[in-house]
Amino acid sequence: MIRVEHVSKTYRVQKRSAGFAAALTSLFSREYEEIRALNDVSFTIGDGEMIGYMGPNGAGKSSTIKILSGILTPDSGSVTIDGRVPWKNRIEHVKSIGVVFGQRSQLWWDIPVIDSYELLRDIYAIPKAQYSKNLEELTELLALSELLKTPTRQLSLGQRMRCEIAASLLHAPKVLFLDEPTIGLDAVSKIAVREFVTRQNREHGTTVILTTHDMQDISALAKRVILIGRGRILLDGTIDDIRREGANPGGETTDLDQAVANLYRRLDIL
Amino acid sequence: MKTIQKLADAVRLYFHYVSLNVRSAMQYKASLLLMITGQLLVSFSTFFGIHFMFMRFSHVKGYTYEEVLLCFAIVLMQFSLAEMFARGFDTFSGTVRRGEFDRILVRPRSTVLQVLGSRFEITRIGRMAQACLMFAYVVSASPVAWTPLRVTTLAMMLLGGAMLFGALFQVYASLCFFTLDGLEFMNVLTDGGREYGKYPLDIYGKRVMQFSIAVVPYAVVQYYPLQLLLGRSANPWLAFCPLGVLPFAAICQLCWRYGVSRYKSAGS
Repeated sequence: MIRVEHVSKTYRVQKRSAGFAAALTSLFSREYEEIRALNDVSFTIGDGEMIGYMGPNGAGKSSTIKILSGILTPDSGSVTIDGRVPWKNRIEHVKSIGVVFGQRSQLWWDIPVIDSYELLRDIYAIPKAQYSKNLEELTELLALSELLKTPTRQLSLGQRMRCEIAASLLHAPKVLFLDEPTIGLDAVSKIAVREFVTRQNREHGTTVILTTHDMQDISALAKRVILIGRGRILLDGTIDDIRREGANPGGETTDLDQAVANLYRRLDIL
Repeated sequence: MKTIQKLADAVRLYFHYVSLNVRSAMQYKASLLLMITGQLLVSFSTFFGIHFMFMRFSHVKGYTYEEVLLCFAIVLMQFSLAEMFARGFDTFSGTVRRGEFDRILVRPRSTVLQVLGSRFEITRIGRMAQACLMFAYVVSASPVAWTPLRVTTLAMMLLGGAMLFGALFQVYASLCFFTLDGLEFMNVLTDGGREYGKYPLDIYGKRVMQFSIAVVPYAVVQYYPLQLLLGRSANPWLAFCPLGVLPFAAICQLCWRYGVSRYKSAGS
């Protein structure tokens, strides 16, 4: 159970004009602007749910994920995941979550993937028997057997992403955060990732929180969608709610991407 | 019992990290060999600096050539050990800027262990080889009688010194939480400490000694135990003088904790 109540987070962002002179001035006096990344955000996610967390770039998606995974501390508000506060009981909390950052790798670049997995086994102190069982299952479902002995740098992006997802699931977490897992993937890899995540959710009851800009990801994976813009929750509903709210002015139905674009413009959150 | 088990587990995990680092480095054979050789050769320049000076003068404030060489070998070894094991702190600004610290925070292990494990610099073996060569020469040429107490002193100096330089790297890394960038002035304390440390600290005068006792405790891992090692003092307690690093290291650890608590993640 994930409970987020009235969470706010503000960043100080440095402001300066372009050019060398401005850069020089900024050495001595700086102007800061306060950016409210999250503004009174509340929601609850039950065990085993699959959530699509969407919003334009800079809406506060990554900040939310980082707070939920214990990386950042909010300025105010409370978060509990299975009764634990992520940034206070960091070590206990992160044992039961898995995080995939689509744009960053957690595998060691120059050595075979399996070596990275064995380090993870020791980091999470996974019992040997459970590790072999999990690895076997992940290898089969994500078709990794050919990849495990290859150094990460020689994998294609799609192959690497499959390995990344497996790396985040070796310790069988209860909650999985996927931050843009399909970014830059070809159609085959995207579908493979989606099928795998669906299955993981169905068979292991893993709670999945997914951020993406790919509407097909959302419609394939998430029954529930939370839309965030300018740090506020604007919609918490289903994919059909998005379609309806984002319909063209004439009222005729349109494709999902267009509906989202309409919705973003109408809510003025771009 | 439980603490010991935990510690043993952490050490085992650390060596797992080390093994991956070494395996990664071995992927680039030529680069690895060149780096090790380079590290070996670079320290010769400092050695020649001392050597040529002693061709003109027979003593520096009462210290002979062999005595200075012993001092230099010890400090070089301390520094190389710290660089080898604590390189993760030394290159930490990159870790923060690339957002890799996020990954460290989502893993159920201490941040220090993970940062240290992320970089183990096997190439520093080159510099250690240099230190060993000098040791071998000094041991064969100098009149120091290697009693068990002196050997203990030497071991304590190496451990304490490595810890001191490691702690300085940790402070350097802690500052990255606020600046997102490495602050080069810290090198005065690390690289500077190594370069100044090749001579016993008392030759630099009172001010430097005061600094090396009260601010950064170089003196407890160099000057004081060295007096025992060279037979200038008979006080056996000087052997345990390097323990004086512990409070300093504890303060550095507090800096690190504070930095972690103020961490602002970068990028999306």
